[in-house]
Amino acid sequence: MTSELLLIATLDGIAYAALVFIVSVGLTLIFGVLRVLNVAHGSLYAVGAYVAASFGLGIAAAKISPWLSYPALAVAAAIVGIVLGSAIERLLLQRIYDKEEVLQLLATFAVFMILDDVQRLIWGVQPYFVATPLQLLGNVQIGSITYTAYQIILLPAVAVVVLVGLRLYLRHATSGKVILAVAEDREAARAIGINVSRVYLTTFIIGAILAALGGSLASPTTSILPGMGTDMLVLSFAVAASAGLGRIEGAAITALLIGLGRSIAVYWAPELDILVPYLIMTLVLLVRPQGLFSSFQSRRI
Amino acid sequence: MSWRGLGGLVLAALILAAVGYWLPWTRTLLIIAMSKGLAALGIIVLLRAGQVSFGHAMFFAASAYAAGFVSRALGGTDIAVMLIVGVVAAAALSAVVGLFVVRYRQIFFGMLNLALSMVLYSILEKFFEITGGSDGLRMRRPSMFGLVLDRNDFDLALVFLSIGFALLATVGVLVYFASPLGQALRAIKSNETRLEYIGVSARSVLLISYVISAVTGAVGGVLLAALQELASPSFSYWIQSGEFVFIAILGGAAHPIGAFAGALVYEGVQIYASAFATDVWELILGLVIVGIILFAPRGLVGLAYETFAGRARKAPADDSGAIYDVAPAAGEQRQ
Repeated sequence: MTSELLLIATLDGIAYAALVFIVSVGLTLIFGVLRVLNVAHGSLYAVGAYVAASFGLGIAAAKISPWLSYPALAVAAAIVGIVLGSAIERLLLQRIYDKEEVLQLLATFAVFMILDDVQRLIWGVQPYFVATPLQLLGNVQIGSITYTAYQIILLPAVAVVVLVGLRLYLRHATSGKVILAVAEDREAARAIGINVSRVYLTTFIIGAILAALGGSLASPTTSILPGMGTDMLVLSFAVAASAGLGRIEGAAITALLIGLGRSIAVYWAPELDILVPYLIMTLVLLVRPQGLFSSFQSRRI
Repeated sequence: MSWRGLGGLVLAALILAAVGYWLPWTRTLLIIAMSKGLAALGIIVLLRAGQVSFGHAMFFAASAYAAGFVSRALGGTDIAVMLIVGVVAAAALSAVVGLFVVRYRQIFFGMLNLALSMVLYSILEKFFEITGGSDGLRMRRPSMFGLVLDRNDFDLALVFLSIGFALLATVGVLVYFASPLGQALRAIKSNETRLEYIGVSARSVLLISYVISAVTGAVGGVLLAALQELASPSFSYWIQSGEFVFIAILGGAAHPIGAFAGALVYEGVQIYASAFATDVWELILGLVIVGIILFAPRGLVGLAYETFAGRARKAPADDSGAIYDVAPAAGEQRQ
C-alpha cells in the first residue's frame, strides 16, 4: 500500500469514525442509564437520514438558500429523536423495565422491524441522494489528496462537540448530574427524590437524537437505502461493546480504531471490510470481556 | 417423561404426517416449519439457561453448506450422508465457538453470537469461488436412504423425515431437561454462583447445551437445504437468527413443543402475509412480538397451558417472572 493510499484510508477512517461515534455514544448512553440495549437505534439512524434527505429535497424545491440545509440536518435529528424517542420510551419501554433483559432486547428488536417497514412505506425502496451540504463546503487539500471539507472538517468537529458537550453536561449541569446519579444507583437516586422515570425519558431522547443526528449527518455522504440502519446498528454496538458499554470517552477511541481498521481494510483487502469491525470487537472481548475502558470500580458513564 | 406425554407427542406427529400425506400443498410448509422449528428448539435449550443467541443461524448455515460441499464433491449423495456431515460440521464449529461465547452472559452472549454469525455470513458471501457467493451453493436432490425419488415422492419422504426428527428432538430435549445436566441449565439462569459452589462448572454445562442447540439447528439446516436444493448465505443472516428467536418466543419456551407450534403458526401466517401484505410483513411481525411481550409473555404454549390445564389445576406460580419455565416440563412431572 502506498503512502498516498494510506492517507486516503486514514481520512476515510476519520470521517467514518466521527459518524459511528455519534451514533454509538447514543447507544452507550441509553445502555448506561436504562440498562437496555436499544436495537431500534439503527432505525433511528436510518429515519434521521431519510428525514434529513426529505428536508434537503424540500429546500432545493423551494429555491431558498441552500445554506439552510445545515440547520435542516440538526432540525431533522431533533424532530426524529424527540418524536420517535419519546414514543418508544413512553409507549413500550416503560412497560417492560421490570421484565427480563432478553425480553427488553426483543422488544426493541420488534421496534426495529416495525420502523424498517415504516421507512419503506413512507420513502419507498429507491435510493435517495442529497449531496448539497457536501458540495457547498468545497474541498480541502491535504498533502497530495483533495478531500471534501464536509467529511474531514465538519463531521469530526461535530463529533468533538458531541463528546465535549456530553461530558460537560453530565459532569456540570444539574440535569446531567441527575442522569449520572441514576446510572450509578437507580434505587438510591429514587430515594433522594429524583424522578427516575423522567430521567429515563430524557436520556432516551438524548440518545435517540444522537442516533438521528448520525443519520442526518451521514445523509449527504451516502445514498440512503432501506436496510442502512442494520449495518450502523451492529457497528455502533461493536464500538460500544469494545469500549465497555456505558463508556463515553472510550467509545470515541474505539470508534476511531474500528473506523480506521475498516477503511484500511477497504483498500487493502476489500473482501474483509465488513468483517473487520466484528473481528476487532471479538478480539477485544476475548481479551477484555468488560471492554477496553471498563473497570468494576469506575462509573458507568 | 410420562407415557401419556409421549403418546400425545406421537399422536401430534402422526396428525401432521397425515396432513402432509393427504394435502400435498402443505408439504413445503411442513418441511420448512419443521426445519426452522428444529433451529428454534436450539434457542429454547439456551433459553433454559436464560441466554439468547442472536446468531444461531450460523449453525443452520454451516450444516447446510457442509452438506452442500459433500454433495458437490461426490456429484450428488444420500440424505443420510448429508445429515451426518452437516451435524458433525455444526457440532465441531459450535464446540469451538462455544468455548469462547460461554464465557459471556446476557447481551454479550447474544451479540457475540450475532457478530460471529455475521462473520460467517460475509465469508459465505464474499468468497465466491468456494461458496458460490450470494447466489448460494446449488446441490443435487439427494437420494432418500438409497432410494432415488422423483420430486413429489421426495417431498413426501422429506415431510415424514422432518416430522420424525422433530419428534425425536422434542423427546430428546425433554429427557435432557429432566437430566441433572438439564437441571443445572436452569440453575445457570436462577443462580450461577450457587451452581459453582456445589462444584458444577457453569461453563461446561452451558457449552454442552450450546452444542446440543447447534446440532438440532444443523438437522434443520440440512433438511431445508435438501428441500430447496440450495444453501445460500441468507441461511446465516442475522434476520434468520432473529426469526428463530421470534419463533421460540411465539411458541413459548416452557416446553420444546413450543418451537414447532411457533414455527407452524409463523410459516402459515407468512404464506398469507406474503400474498396479501408483503410490504408490511415485518411491521406485522414486530407488532405481534410487542403484543406477545406485553400480553402473553409465555407464548402459545403458555396460552394453551392456561386454557386447558389452568381449569383443572391452577397454573403454578411463575417462580422467576419469566417466559421460560412456566409449566413444569413434562419430564419434571414424574417427580
